[in-house]
Amino acid sequence: MIKILYFARLREALGLVSEELDLPQGTNVAKLMALLAARGDTWQQEFAGSHPLRAAVNQTLAPNSTVINTGDEVAFFPPVTGG
Amino acid sequence: MTVRVQSEDFDAGAEISRMRLSRADTGAVAAFIGQVRDLNDGARVSTLTLEHYPGMTEKALEDIVEQAKTRWDIFDILLVHRIGTLQPTDQIVLVVVSGAHRGEAFAACQFIMDFLKTDAPFWKKEQTPSGTRWVEAKVSDDVARERWQKK
Repeated sequence: MIKILYFARLREALGLVSEELDLPQGTNVAKLMALLAARGDTWQQEFAGSHPLRAAVNQTLAPNSTVINTGDEVAFFPPVTGG
Repeated sequence: MTVRVQSEDFDAGAEISRMRLSRADTGAVAAFIGQVRDLNDGARVSTLTLEHYPGMTEKALEDIVEQAKTRWDIFDILLVHRIGTLQPTDQIVLVVVSGAHRGEAFAACQFIMDFLKTDAPFWKKEQTPSGTRWVEAKVSDDVARERWQKK
C-alpha cells in the first residue's frame, strides 16, 4: 500500500486530495502515472496530456525512473510557483 | 540556520538586526524580500493564496539552505516563507544571509531564492476580476537555477 497526494491545480482538477493504492512490486513513477492516466477522462488529460507535472517520493523531488516501495508517500503536483 | 513556514507576517528589520548583532565578526548581511504584486500577466490581483506541501516544504527549504552553507563561507541564514491568503504589498518571503564579506552573502542569498523558485513545493493562486487562476511556472526560473550548475 502506498499513499498518493495531489496538490494545487491538479488536486482541483481531479477533485481528490489523497488516496491509498496497492502497486505491483517494482512500479516506478512513470508506470504509476500510466496507471493513473488509464482511469480515463480527467486522469488521462492530467497524467498523459500536455500539462507538465512534478513528482515527489517520500517528500523529495523524484525523476520518473524512481521505484516506489510499499509504505512510500508519493505526491504529484504542477511545477512550483513560490517565492 | 533557520527555516520557517508561517501564515503570520515577519519583521525583516528585527530579523536583520538580530543576525547582524549575533556575531561581532559579521561584516556583511544580505537580505531579500519578496512581496505580492497587484498586477500579474496583465490582470489586477486582489488576493494571492499560497498552498504548500507540509513536511516536504520544510525539507526542501532546509536542503536549499544547507547547500548554500556548504557552497559559501557564510555565518548564518534565515529563510521565512509565508502561506495562506495574502494581499498586494504583503511580504511573501524573507532571506537573510550573514558573513564576513559581501560577495559570499550576496551570492548565497540569490542562490537560495533561485532554488526556492524551482524546488520548494509552494503554489500561488490569484484572485483577479475575472475569477481565480493558478500562477504558471516560468521558464526564466529554470534558467536562473541552471546558472548555478555551470560553475
